[in-house]
Amino acid sequence: MANEVLIEAVNLSKAFGGLIAVDNVSLQVREHTIHAIIGPNGAGKTTLFNLLSGVMPPTSGRVIFKGNDITQVSPQRRAHLGIGRSFQITNIFPNLTVLENIRLAAQAMGKDNFKMLHLADNFRQYIDRAEEVIGVVGLEGREWVLARNLPHGEKRKLELGIMIACSPDLLLFDEPTAGMSSEQVPDLINIIKRVVEHRNRTAILVEHRMDMVMSISNVITVMNQGRVLAEGSPHEIANNPQVQTAYLGDLYGELA
Amino acid sequence: MAEKPVTQKAVKKPMKVKEVGFLVFIALMALLPFVLNLITGTGLNEGVTKFWQGQLIAFFIMAVFAMSYDLLIGFGGILSFGHAASFGGGAYAFGLLMKHWAPNFVKENPIMLGNTDLTMLVVLLVVLLVVLLVSVAVGLLFAVTSMRLKGTYFAMITLALSTALFIIIKSTDLHEWTGADEGLHGISLPVWLNPTQNRLTVYFITLAFLCVSYLLLRRFVNSPTGRVIVANRENEDRMRMIGYNPVTYRTIAFVVASIFAGLAGMFFSIWNMSATPTMISAVTTVNALIMTIMGGMGTLIGPIFGAAISQIIQQFFYTWFGARWPLIFGVLFILIVMFLPYGIVGTWRLQKGNLREGWKRLLRLFTTKSEAEAPESGQKPPSM
Ligand SMILES: Nc1ncnc2c1ncn2[C@@H]1O[C@H](COP(=O)(O)OP(=O)(O)O)[C@@H](O)[C@H]1O
Ligand SMILES: [Mg+2]
Repeated sequence: MANEVLIEAVNLSKAFGGLIAVDNVSLQVREHTIHAIIGPNGAGKTTLFNLLSGVMPPTSGRVIFKGNDITQVSPQRRAHLGIGRSFQITNIFPNLTVLENIRLAAQAMGKDNFKMLHLADNFRQYIDRAEEVIGVVGLEGREWVLARNLPHGEKRKLELGIMIACSPDLLLFDEPTAGMSSEQVPDLINIIKRVVEHRNRTAILVEHRMDMVMSISNVITVMNQGRVLAEGSPHEIANNPQVQTAYLGDLYGELA
Repeated sequence: MAEKPVTQKAVKKPMKVKEVGFLVFIALMALLPFVLNLITGTGLNEGVTKFWQGQLIAFFIMAVFAMSYDLLIGFGGILSFGHAASFGGGAYAFGLLMKHWAPNFVKENPIMLGNTDLTMLVVLLVVLLVVLLVSVAVGLLFAVTSMRLKGTYFAMITLALSTALFIIIKSTDLHEWTGADEGLHGISLPVWLNPTQNRLTVYFITLAFLCVSYLLLRRFVNSPTGRVIVANRENEDRMRMIGYNPVTYRTIAFVVASIFAGLAGMFFSIWNMSATPTMISAVTTVNALIMTIMGGMGTLIGPIFGAAISQIIQQFFYTWFGARWPLIFGVLFILIVMFLPYGIVGTWRLQKGNLREGWKRLLRLFTTKSEAEAPESGQKPPSM
């Protein structure tokens, strides 16, 4: 792993009252890798994503992205710096069409946001980009469906599409398969692989499905109760006795 | 999946219907005074013809005010209860200048170009500019004060702000300028702009105001900026995560809505030749709210419909029901909300797909060849 560090958490902590959801976490994610974060529910994975994407400020610690301290930077600025995020709980624009959901994300990265007397539909580049992304996430033919009327599986694809359309350098996937049936998962794995590998991007993947994590990630960090329990290659993690007894043995016994 | 997905069709066709409707509307409105004139036989500036011009002038102006309010609540999801401040702000800015500044200025600084007296024109342009500036300022005031607030707190602060302006305008200390409680009366207007002497001119000016406002607002809500304002209504958190600053877009929505409301207020004070505290009060905001809800939130045509209905009701219900008319209106309003939850235009847009399907099914009964099933409902959301 000689790649440069793209994003780094330095002694990051977040407390909600007395509950320490993220407890002194230090983490380095290198360029062009898929870095998985696993851990039981309540381990603090989503909260860590909230800190990395700027949704909430940390109680202490810093976030370094591309060598710059971005701890105080707003989420919208971080989006422009190249951090994209998808949500565990589907977070889309419900009364807009699939195309418009993704087109908005593409438009955000352009320079036409303040053209108030031009028609948005005349900016072909954003529609083209949106259609490209719709192809990537496999929502062809669904462009004119309202987001709220999509079945769950397609909502999850739209969730990813919105993030991808911003062309971020770093993609934060928060349980992309949440609520999906097992048959739908391989499809999603392919999308993630394609997006990350094809474009040489970097991803942090929070995921519960161990088969998926083992097959597509380069590095795995195990979290428990807000702390980092272990870190290593999939092979190392699978064979880590501490992880096995403390965590994998209980939760993913059938797979470990 | 149990439910058949509701689809929204592309931007390809619906424009045509809208264009035709718009042109028909302009043509009807432009001809109406002359038709009335022919039917009744009274002059253009008297009797029934004059009366109906007045009704329509009020409708044109209120339609713009309602559209501007819908830009905030329907498109932007910004539930402001202080929108009347912009309306009244424009009215008072116009009234104060025309009453206290313009008359002396006209007397002392005649501006001549050859033999034509341009003084009044220059004065009106300056006043228009000030009205615009005041409207922008009011919009910014609301945007900045409510920047970090949400939900009930947000609604409360907007109500508080407009109420504060209402109280200031009414204060007796300002009686000499604003007329306090009684309002600002006796605004002096040039003859051609005087709705008593030259109603037809005011009629066409306000009709043009409505048409231009509609076209500009329609462009605006379909511009890149407008689309982001709609996204702000839909999901502020996600909007942030894809790189938009909600505060920026809310501020733009506030300022644009305030400009149109302020201009509407200005025309309303021309029409009444006065500006009164009621124009700033919550009653005026609620009126716009009622028009918007009746017509259809999140559409531009909806508020125009709403304003028309409200104007008709105010007129006829008084003659039919006397002083009890607001009670009847209240019941009617509740019925409209119950039966047409998305307002007239919104519900129409939702249902017209079903209507079309119904016609298709009916036609299929009479055609022999069994067509391939194409269950494509052209339904649209109440938005946009
Ligand atoms: N906004 C919040 N306010 C209070 N507690 C929170 C908040 N977000 C998360 N928590 C708590 O922090 C802990 C970690 O939650 P989370 O980060 O969602 O875990 P994970 O994503 O690993 O399942 C949980 O105990 C959760 O209840
Ligand atoms: Mg989580």
